[in-house]
Amino acid sequence: MPSITREEVAHLARLARIELSDDELDHLAPQLDQIITLVGQVSQVAADDIPPTSHALPLTNVMRPDENVPCLTPEQALSGAPAAEEQRFRVPRILEED
Amino acid sequence: MSDLTRKTAAELAELMTSGQASSVEITQAHLDRIAAVDGAVHAFLHVDTEGALAQAKAVDDKRTAAKKSGEQLSPLAGVPLALKDVLTQEGVPTTAGSKILEGWKPPYDSTVVKRLKAAGIVILGKTNMDEFAMGSSTENSAYGTTHNPWDLARIPGGSGGGSSAAISAYEAPLAIGTDTGGSIRQPGAFTGTVGVKPTYGGTSRYGLIALASSLDTPGPCARTTLDAALLHEAIAGYDPMDSTSINQPVPAVVEAARNGDVAGLRIGVVKELGGEGYQSGVEARFHEAVELLTKLGAEVVEVSCPHFEYALPAYYLILPSEASSNLAKFDAMRYGLRVGDDGTNSAETVTSLTREAGFGAEVKRRIILGTHALSSGYYDAYYGQAQKVRTLIARDFAKAYEQVDVLVSPATPTTAFAIGDRIDDPIAMYKNDLCTIPSNLAGNAAASFPCGLADEDGLPVGFHVMAPVMRDDLLYKVGAALESALAEQWGGVLMTKAPELEVTR
Repeated sequence: MPSITREEVAHLARLARIELSDDELDHLAPQLDQIITLVGQVSQVAADDIPPTSHALPLTNVMRPDENVPCLTPEQALSGAPAAEEQRFRVPRILEED
Repeated sequence: MSDLTRKTAAELAELMTSGQASSVEITQAHLDRIAAVDGAVHAFLHVDTEGALAQAKAVDDKRTAAKKSGEQLSPLAGVPLALKDVLTQEGVPTTAGSKILEGWKPPYDSTVVKRLKAAGIVILGKTNMDEFAMGSSTENSAYGTTHNPWDLARIPGGSGGGSSAAISAYEAPLAIGTDTGGSIRQPGAFTGTVGVKPTYGGTSRYGLIALASSLDTPGPCARTTLDAALLHEAIAGYDPMDSTSINQPVPAVVEAARNGDVAGLRIGVVKELGGEGYQSGVEARFHEAVELLTKLGAEVVEVSCPHFEYALPAYYLILPSEASSNLAKFDAMRYGLRVGDDGTNSAETVTSLTREAGFGAEVKRRIILGTHALSSGYYDAYYGQAQKVRTLIARDFAKAYEQVDVLVSPATPTTAFAIGDRIDDPIAMYKNDLCTIPSNLAGNAAASFPCGLADEDGLPVGFHVMAPVMRDDLLYKVGAALESALAEQWGGVLMTKAPELEVTR
């Protein structure tokens, strides 16, 4: 039995907001199955009492003084926008038609 | 004057200080070289001819003024450099090798770029890379593969293949790379050049388009150890704009590169990084280099790091998890590509269509893998367990550093492979980074130095050195010792053995 099915890959792609074609799914699903088998090797390590490391540095709550500093102008901030209107990012509508 | 593109960065700086060459002349020589060979190498995605020459002229003017005022210029002022296309440079196209960012011009400079500019280093252009730094060959770039100057039918390594190819093709004496799992060191090994991954937090990530935030580290690429150290010093150090930046002085890397005395240095050969799966020519050159260091007075012992064999699987859970989250920002709303905005489609549909069109296969693979690893029901078994393995790998390092000062291994199990060989076999591709990944997971400093050519294919082999956190100086000490001893044998650094590229203009 594969470690991940084609249907599961399609579901994950939807969660990750990537529209996949059937061809891509045919190609990706078996590759991901192989990769998941590889990464699953981590379960062979006995690590129940080992604390997790999320980060190489033991840093917590890095703070800086709360000071006003110059920031991007509206023109700079919008310079890469796919669409802009009235000094704002123009986005497609948020709600689907019912 | 002899060809300026064959000089090291340190030599070029000397020529400018003594008034024998200007930065404009040096920059122009490199731009000419790019025009002549980059058609074959394809190291650059964008060449900023105008910007580079303007920057060079500004340095020359500053030098003239400084002669009167007695002001000191930075050691690398006026020296040209190639910048990996993953770091933002204001007003210069920055794509991270992806279609989703095609044509994007960042409105700000990354900290690395700010420091390069402050040091008077001239940025020639942006170099090719695997899309979002996901890959080991540049074949995942949306803009075509870079060719290895040692053999144009082969990959230059990745993800920073463009940066390493640029310096080994003499298109630039210096380059910037970023290393998340080996993306500076592996291309360094494959192109016969020096590649250094500083301690995580030793160089700033501000303005680096993130792949995996807990691993990404910018660093220097050069043809000599001293040049790498000079560049390291120019870009490293505390940055309040990066919350994971280390607030400590930069290790004395330049001094270490100039001194290179390994007498009494304790070196540990990692037992687990060798044997089956390692090319014989790679192992032969590696062991000769270890012998050489012994002759130079280093004390060499074998060291076991039993959890390193789980570094690759742990990495391919941690990296995709972080990447799937970091790349969520490419939603077609604020910058980059937008597809399907026809007035009918919803924002969510537009996002999905854009990501389908804008991301390449490897990026999709890793985002989906990361989404899976982080999903409820799998989190503990995958991401959670990988984080525990990460602890065990860091402990392996800590235990080893009780016995030795540095650890060594080959930089890669094989030499550069042929273009197309591994592109549809993700697991074979991932195994390129077997030796380099542990240092990313633990956050310590590591580097690859050229140590010869493999007998079977005549291609460069990298010698990998791993040093404790904030002991980046030790890397340069070993690299410099090896470099001068090998140069004595060869009559020059390894790069002098590289074949001449055909000049097309």
